[in-house]
Amino acid sequence: MATATTSEKAKQKSDIFLKYLRPRKGMPSVWCAGCGNGIVMTAIIRAIDKLGLSKDNIVMVSGIGCSSRMPIYLDFNALHTTHGRALPFATGVKFARPDLKVIVVTGDGDALAIGGNHFIHACRRNIDITAILINNNIYGMTGGQGSPTTPSAAFSTTTPYGNAEKHFDPSALAAASGASYVARSTVYHATAMEKLIGEAISHRGFSLVEAVSNCHTYYGRLNRQGDPVTMINSFKEKSVQVTKAKKMSPEELKGKIVIGKLHEVDTTEFCDVYQSTVDRLDGRK
Amino acid sequence: MADRKRVLVMGNHAVVEGAIYAGLNFYAGYPITPSTEVAEGCARELPKIGGRFIQMEDEIGSIAAVVGSSVAGAKSMTATSGPGYSLMLENIGYAYMTEVPLVVCNVQRGGPSTGLPTKVSQADTMQAKWGPHGDYTAIAVAPSTIEDTVTETIRAFNLAERFRTPVTILLDEVIAHSRAIINLPEPGEIDIYNRVKPTCSPEEFIPFEMTENLVSAMPAYGEGYRYVVTGLTHDPMGFTTNKPSEIFPKLDKLRNKIMNYREETVKIRTEQMEDAEIAFVAYGSVSRAALQAVDLARKAGVKVGMVQLYTIWPFPEKQVKELCANCRKVIVGELNMGQIVHEVRRVLPGDIEIHTLQRYDGEILTPLQLLEKLEEVL
Repeated sequence: MATATTSEKAKQKSDIFLKYLRPRKGMPSVWCAGCGNGIVMTAIIRAIDKLGLSKDNIVMVSGIGCSSRMPIYLDFNALHTTHGRALPFATGVKFARPDLKVIVVTGDGDALAIGGNHFIHACRRNIDITAILINNNIYGMTGGQGSPTTPSAAFSTTTPYGNAEKHFDPSALAAASGASYVARSTVYHATAMEKLIGEAISHRGFSLVEAVSNCHTYYGRLNRQGDPVTMINSFKEKSVQVTKAKKMSPEELKGKIVIGKLHEVDTTEFCDVYQSTVDRLDGRK
Repeated sequence: MADRKRVLVMGNHAVVEGAIYAGLNFYAGYPITPSTEVAEGCARELPKIGGRFIQMEDEIGSIAAVVGSSVAGAKSMTATSGPGYSLMLENIGYAYMTEVPLVVCNVQRGGPSTGLPTKVSQADTMQAKWGPHGDYTAIAVAPSTIEDTVTETIRAFNLAERFRTPVTILLDEVIAHSRAIINLPEPGEIDIYNRVKPTCSPEEFIPFEMTENLVSAMPAYGEGYRYVVTGLTHDPMGFTTNKPSEIFPKLDKLRNKIMNYREETVKIRTEQMEDAEIAFVAYGSVSRAALQAVDLARKAGVKVGMVQLYTIWPFPEKQVKELCANCRKVIVGELNMGQIVHEVRRVLPGDIEIHTLQRYDGEILTPLQLLEKLEEVL
């Protein structure tokens, strides 16, 4: 009986995924076996399914990179754009159609290097967009180059003697720039990630979920961090819940990944404020 | 016509008037001289009519937001000048590939680089054709007066919607910052073209379908037609492809949807060309000087005329060839080191002498200079 229940549960789960995978587009994806992007994608699917949102009213926007292929695989309105520009494209969609749910899927290189300026300004504007930033500390699609989140001294194909630069903390950057909801999770914490993504989508204003993920193919290999399972388990070991982290010293938090809801403020949203101006001016020519 | 609204406007505000007449409801931009008044006008006017204005963090973000809004169903534009236009090129290329209608107004100033922010130029003529990387077909129009800035802006929107493609308005600083009292077109006086929407069910929908005229129906996001928009080369379903058998048709579509119907894009004005032995070929503010030069030269008995190009791209080669067929000589006046003259030279037979008059010092070409050139080549 127990086996039947397990397989029934598994079938229910795959039925949910099939509901959201784009028909007429065959797999496999471009992602390597064991890539964390799949875990993040399924967390997004479960979060959206729980919220009961209509697929017609979701626009998924992305730039360029491994994670940015996600909108092509999911059965929403898809806008796969240019490198680093997902957020301004998404801003155009959202501002033109504030009734639609706009979700941006981006990576650390896409959002923070070439798209860094757009990232801070989307946060500042507090436009109602949910950005899911899959942070794997490296450029995967182009073959393992250093990114703005590659830690100091870490190896990549463009930091062959160790990274001389410092790295960004994407969540801290978003909060400092004006994002009104910021959370971080890892691909080990798939269920918690689903919950945080659900909260982020429901939040009115700019929300960021930083999804710490594994690129074992490049980052893991070049930094001797092992196979996907080893890397994902290391996220479990390094992670500290935000409530606990608040009681820890900076020394104790060194090398740790603080997870959970990091930041939330109740403030006005850009499209709403603009609409109030439109309403006030109505008919004044 | 008595009811026509008479207004005193500068060229940049004429762009706003024309755009709103054409149905503009979304503007994203970034301040840059000498185009900024377009943004200011949109910031003031659009919220009054339920439209949207947003000042983005740079020109790259501006054109990205314009594309995003158009895919979401808006009639959308941005305005900029040479340096900003250069920054926009990548995403203008994205709009060519994804077949997204939009209008970019480039108020040209002297370059290269920061160049001459407050001085006139026509040096982006070729940039409007060849700017983005890759193969595609560009459409660009060039107004010459405040009044026809309104009508050319309307035409730019109509062409963008008709062909599902970006259209550039090549304005120059002289027109942009001149003021004139003009008559605005009455509502309904000029036809407005809107993109074709799908009539089939979402299940039957083919986003980049090879229709008879090669322009595919375009739904807005949220209308139930969930499809993929990608800058990667794609098949008619919108899915990425590397197959030569699918790449050829896609790129041919980008070209042929316009080139097979290029007559619809052509707009030319002629002045005293019936018996002209010499012709000025001009566009933008230069055509105004040429018009006066023709007038003055005719009074002196010189058989000279003018061909003014409102459509720059695709270059109206058949018309230019036919109109200049009986001329012995052609003078191409431009505010650059010679750009459209190469097109004129390409299409005219070798026995017609082609002369050039070029200024690229930030000053206008005057009727007197054109007359002097005329005298020189007589």
